[in-house]
Amino acid sequence: MLEVRNLSKAFSGLKAVDGASLDVRAGEIVALIGPNGAGKTTLFAAIAGFQRPDAGTVRFDGADITGLAPHRICAAGMVRTFQITQPFAKISVRENIMVCAYARTADRTAASGRAEAIARQVGMGRQLDQLGADLTVAGRKRLELARALATGPRLLLLDEVMAGLNPTEITEIVDVIRTIRTSGVTILLIEHVMQAVTSLAERVYVLNQGRVIAEGTPAAIAADPGVVEAYLGHGAAARLGGQHA
Amino acid sequence: MSRRGLGFAMGGLVLAILYPLLVRAAGAAGLPIAPNYLINVGMLVCFTAFIGQSWNIAGGFAGLMSFGHVVFFGTGAYGMAILQATYGWNPWLAWPVAAALGGGVGWLIGALAFRAGLRGSYFALITLAFAEVFRILANSVPFTRGGLGLLIKADTRPANLQFRDPIWLYYLALLLCVAALLIAWQLTRTRFGARLVAIRENEDAARALGIDVYTEKVKVLALSGAMGAAGGAFYIQKYLYVDPWIAFGVDKSVEMLLVSMVGGAGTIFGPLIGAGALTAINEVTRMLASVVPALKNVQPLSLIVYGAMLVLIVARLPDGLASLFGRRRRREVERA
Repeated sequence: MLEVRNLSKAFSGLKAVDGASLDVRAGEIVALIGPNGAGKTTLFAAIAGFQRPDAGTVRFDGADITGLAPHRICAAGMVRTFQITQPFAKISVRENIMVCAYARTADRTAASGRAEAIARQVGMGRQLDQLGADLTVAGRKRLELARALATGPRLLLLDEVMAGLNPTEITEIVDVIRTIRTSGVTILLIEHVMQAVTSLAERVYVLNQGRVIAEGTPAAIAADPGVVEAYLGHGAAARLGGQHA
Repeated sequence: MSRRGLGFAMGGLVLAILYPLLVRAAGAAGLPIAPNYLINVGMLVCFTAFIGQSWNIAGGFAGLMSFGHVVFFGTGAYGMAILQATYGWNPWLAWPVAAALGGGVGWLIGALAFRAGLRGSYFALITLAFAEVFRILANSVPFTRGGLGLLIKADTRPANLQFRDPIWLYYLALLLCVAALLIAWQLTRTRFGARLVAIRENEDAARALGIDVYTEKVKVLALSGAMGAAGGAFYIQKYLYVDPWIAFGVDKSVEMLLVSMVGGAGTIFGPLIGAGALTAINEVTRMLASVVPALKNVQPLSLIVYGAMLVLIVARLPDGLASLFGRRRRREVERA
């Protein structure tokens, strides 16, 4: 469904993403992890059209979408959320979601109905009339999800939807993400919360210093010495291995 | 709009239609008022509300803070004057063409500014610059006759959009005002309007969520420009004269912005409320200056009151006077 090939993006000489490749197949939940500053968010931005990549290609359902404007990519069926939530502050939750539902219909009643259905799906049915600015962190994260869903995507790029949530809220949002997948939406997510990654993702890509250094099941990734070193420093794998032996 | 709001609007409209007749009846009954003066003030309120709405549609709904909206007003004014004085067009025909010219200028400024990615205060400055450039051009190119200005031949016939009785200009201004209110109302209930508000609230999020931000912004600036130009054409038709300061003076930009901000930017009735308040201040201060000798040299007194009022509104009532009427929620202080 999504094929990223040798994608690179540099900011004034600093290579944020350096020849990264990854694939997401229809129906999967794939996680993208890596230490802070590994280039995850930049890679997302380049895939979703927010940054024009310096090199490499992005193909979505076989069509080349490299460097297309975000609204084109959204219309094609791929949408991203933001790590730092960006609610439309002075309008209600309903209006927040409605404006995204307008991506698939120009009709006000249809958009409103769709907004309500999606709000219920992400557990915001009771908050429809709250202002975007009045939501808690957990509420904002749900709203990010709801708005993205309202655009009718087939592939959802989630950038750290669980950051800043407490364990209960994480469990709830993990369930929401599962039901989204069950409804037929493929998901690629950036996440630091490993509990969520292991319980959600079928496959994991590890990004470090702009390169994909490992790919596999969550269990295989956790045991990969290269990954352990990327997170904990050079030599860490050997020391840990020694302890376990 | 709520059922109650709709009731108020309808009542207000009926009152506005009857207003000149009531004023004249009161005058004929011997009350100490000047009916034609009051009708003229009513016309000014409607007209100011209309050009304020032109700003509000771009600045209030879409967050395109323009400091140079007079560029559209002046384009319409000169379009109207040149088409009549130089080319001999009928004003009823020249009017829509002048409005379209304003729309074209709005489209052009939008295309240039938004393609360059100018937002917020940068956009405000670029619009200010455009207005000044237009004023200087109007002062120097031959077809505007520079500082001499253009005169439209007085020929008081309805076919010439010139009326002996001020009641007709009042009704024309009322028509413009109502049309502008309908446009603003539509923005609160259509996809286009919802997208504009999303762009105002958070442009990056709007972009990520499938909105073609550039196109929507250019579209709304063209619409706003056409409205501003229609207002400029109307204004010039009343006074039958235009020069660079009347057409592109910075004070008109301020007025357009002020009535929206004072009344409530991004609301349907904000510009109308603001226009009422500002026109009232204008007339009262003018009267005071003519009656109280100590105020005679404080010119213009209205600007001082405007300034004080703006400070008060921004500090105490950031959502404008309109927020006193509705049951809008208080804005949360803390932000993400």
